[in-house]
Amino acid sequence: MNPWMHYLVWPLVKFLVAFIIVQGIVAAMNWVERRLLGFVQARLGPNRVGPKGLLQIIADPVKFLLKEDIVPANAETIAYFLGPILPLIPTFLVYCLIPFGPPPTFVAARVNVAVLLVLALTSTGVYGIILGGWASNNKYSLMGGLRSAAQMVSYEVPFGLSIVGVLMLSGSLDLVKIVNYQADHIWNLFPQLIAAFIFFVAMTAETNRTPFDLPEADSELVGGYHTEYSAMKFAFFMLAEYSAMLVNCCLMTLLFLGGWTLAIGGYGLTTQTLQHMGIPGGMLGVLIFIVKVMTFMLVYIWFRATFPRFRFDQLMDLGWKWMIPLALANIVVTGVVVLLGQSLNFQGEVVLSIAGAAIVGYTLYNLRPRAKVVHASRVSEV
Amino acid sequence: MSTLTRYSAIPYTGPAPTNREPYVPTDTQKMDARGAEIASRIGAEQETGQDLPTLVVRRERIVETLRALKNDLTFTMPLDLWAVDYPRRRQRFDVMYQLYSLQNNERVRLKVPVADGEPIPSSLPVYKGFDWFEREVWDLYGVRFDGHPNLRRILTHEAFQGHALRKDYDPAQRWLCTEKDVAALVPKVDPRFERVDTDFERVTLNLGPSHPATHGTLRIVVILDGEKIIGAEQEIGYLHRCFEKSCETHTYQQAIPFTDRLNYMSAIINNVGYCMTVEKLLGVEAPERAQHVRLILSEFMRIADHLVCIGTNLVDMGALTNFWYLFQPREEIYGLIEACCGARLLPSYLRIGGLAVDVPPNFLENAQRLVNMLPKYIDDVEKLVSRNKIFHDRVVGVAPISAEDAIDFGFTGPCLRACGIPFDVRKSNPYLGYETYDWDVPIAEGGDTYARYLVRMEEMRQSLRILQQAIDRGLPSGPVIIDNPYVALPPKEKVYNEMESLIYHFKLIMHGIQPPVGETYFQVEGGNGELGFYIVSDGTKNPYKVRCRPPCFAIYQAFGQMITGQTIPDAIAALGSLNIIAGELDR
Repeated sequence: MNPWMHYLVWPLVKFLVAFIIVQGIVAAMNWVERRLLGFVQARLGPNRVGPKGLLQIIADPVKFLLKEDIVPANAETIAYFLGPILPLIPTFLVYCLIPFGPPPTFVAARVNVAVLLVLALTSTGVYGIILGGWASNNKYSLMGGLRSAAQMVSYEVPFGLSIVGVLMLSGSLDLVKIVNYQADHIWNLFPQLIAAFIFFVAMTAETNRTPFDLPEADSELVGGYHTEYSAMKFAFFMLAEYSAMLVNCCLMTLLFLGGWTLAIGGYGLTTQTLQHMGIPGGMLGVLIFIVKVMTFMLVYIWFRATFPRFRFDQLMDLGWKWMIPLALANIVVTGVVVLLGQSLNFQGEVVLSIAGAAIVGYTLYNLRPRAKVVHASRVSEV
Repeated sequence: MSTLTRYSAIPYTGPAPTNREPYVPTDTQKMDARGAEIASRIGAEQETGQDLPTLVVRRERIVETLRALKNDLTFTMPLDLWAVDYPRRRQRFDVMYQLYSLQNNERVRLKVPVADGEPIPSSLPVYKGFDWFEREVWDLYGVRFDGHPNLRRILTHEAFQGHALRKDYDPAQRWLCTEKDVAALVPKVDPRFERVDTDFERVTLNLGPSHPATHGTLRIVVILDGEKIIGAEQEIGYLHRCFEKSCETHTYQQAIPFTDRLNYMSAIINNVGYCMTVEKLLGVEAPERAQHVRLILSEFMRIADHLVCIGTNLVDMGALTNFWYLFQPREEIYGLIEACCGARLLPSYLRIGGLAVDVPPNFLENAQRLVNMLPKYIDDVEKLVSRNKIFHDRVVGVAPISAEDAIDFGFTGPCLRACGIPFDVRKSNPYLGYETYDWDVPIAEGGDTYARYLVRMEEMRQSLRILQQAIDRGLPSGPVIIDNPYVALPPKEKVYNEMESLIYHFKLIMHGIQPPVGETYFQVEGGNGELGFYIVSDGTKNPYKVRCRPPCFAIYQAFGQMITGQTIPDAIAALGSLNIIAGELDR
């Protein structure tokens, strides 16, 4: 094949297709979130525009486009404009690297250090938030930006550390190889149960979602970093947030849930099986992938409907005192088990799965609702 | 033709109006005896013939008298401080202090007559809780309090001239408040958090008057060191609607809609408080049926008030779902009130002497349905948050206030009970027959945000207990408004067909209710605590003076102290748990 076609045109086309589909999903997610929240919260959600309110997906962007774009009088204009745009670029770029289905058709650019590159790109999203918060010339925005900076820095560490165990098991930074490894053995979710939990909590914090939505904490900081943003600039922040959510859910799926495969120990729908089936097989892989990703997106929304918000010091406590030590311990244990497994020739995954299940079981047993809810005491005679 | 039964007989054969004769409270002898006892103990003059033991104190002796009352006679709680203007007298102002003794469950009233321009020594060294009350009297009457550290206007703005509640103030005047008139509000930094190093910058942050967590128009200026609040001051008055001044130009009946707008979360309770005060002044009592409906609606309103308070408090902490879980039953409660009178939030359903109209025939069934469904919603929220670790971390130990401080600030209601003090007006001074019901006063330990949450949750359950008993007893039959044409309008059918009724109707519309000359105070347990009304009648159709004792006012003045040393999220959580209703705070 013409190298120009191979290295530039095809990847670009694939990226654009992925980009458009992903943006469609992001827009749809907004509707799904509002409807689902409405369902949980005993209300309706948007149901006026189109059937079941589906045209809300179009109505919202149109509204954002037509609204007046207000720039505060004393804002740093350039930084203020850069704020919403900066977080968009890395989150869009990441879609080049994400394999949405069996390779080579469904990945725009297969890079052998994809995991590192994804981590590096997503972590730059915070610059836009800090910049936007600072440039708005508003104390609430500034506090939101600063909270966001501290939160991102703190949770980037457990976020990265929790992946190390997966990398040790699969022995590669290539997302396709990680997926293939899981299809040949077992989903990393089981041997890396604690890592998966840390990863999920950290990615919720990374995307500023409830219960970690401190940077925008609407009841405390009005709107946090995006208080002063209106119209399309505000929409860009939202777009970046939802895109980042989607990227993180994709990562979660690829790293811990076997990506587009549906196999265990090499049996089932592995990458080879899907590739043998041709285009329908590829499509099936993409479908499996999307279902897994959407599950996590729904968990995000479920979280939002359930949890109160952390306080800032509590958030830092959780990050530094619990998540990071736990992630480090996970690395040590995984490393030891993998090395022993290689030298003594046993399946490290099985040992790790049993250990993880035991720990989680013990924790759940301890967390079971035992203590009666504290009631106020009563006095009859006053 | 059910309305015809409202009147048992026309023409009226009861007592004629006694509006030119002095008002004699029912228990005046007992009060006078106790008043004489107190007066002799502390060496003050006594004013007899009042509904409370009343002492007349010279202004020079007020601090000493208050100290004696507090230390020797256990009057530890400052309930209210207000003034009345009698421009024809040489000492034209009566500054009134009302104190409460938790130990003996009794009240005492002090009157300090002062002339225009004469200062009164500030009572702050004795009672912290009179801080804002003294500012209010200065603001609205121009009575200066010597030694008050912060004697600024509180309900009106900086550009306001004159003192609005003086009888000779012309209410047609308009004062324009521009930005340059507003004095920069800079809170004092708490010395505990002063830093010696100079290389850090403090941030002064304005929370409000328009802020998502202030639920109304409150303004809190905080000084921040990082996210920690090291100094805070509250500013109020954004929702001041001249409630007390307006009452003076309206008839007694016309003031009822104004009371709705005090604590608009539990409007019926305000109606009950006001109407019962006027009824006390008139020496009449609403019929049993009306009283029963008043009690049922009061308790429903209390539940609605707590639902809103807990719901919004949880929203402020990010627990969004609970808001709808709690607002759903609230809508149903408003549906019940709508079925009674057609209005929901601000019903103005009560009349002096009873109710505006009878309740619908299925009132009790609807009430029973509500009582059956409410526990589910309360339990749902309990399950969602009460065992939630994040919620616990957010509320336990946040913005605590000690029991001593709470009493000294004049806290009442759930906020006081959260400090472990079982004070409830429904128990201490029962009205509407609360003493005949079997229920408990919930208290909690700690006085923090969590304790306030627990108390409100339990109070809703106790209200449901009262409601269940009230529904089981059934509605007494009979009229819903008293058979007294000097107080209540005759039914329309009679007005159109009978001469006497037409005259009574005309007289009541044109000349209003004319209570006997005198003054009285009556208190009910509002959603936030003791809601008191003090009314002075000069025998005319307009009240000479209506004073409302808003429970929020006393509670909110302690807020700055409570949040100093806490973070912004804590301040927000605490603000929600205090249930500050701007309508009641600013009147």
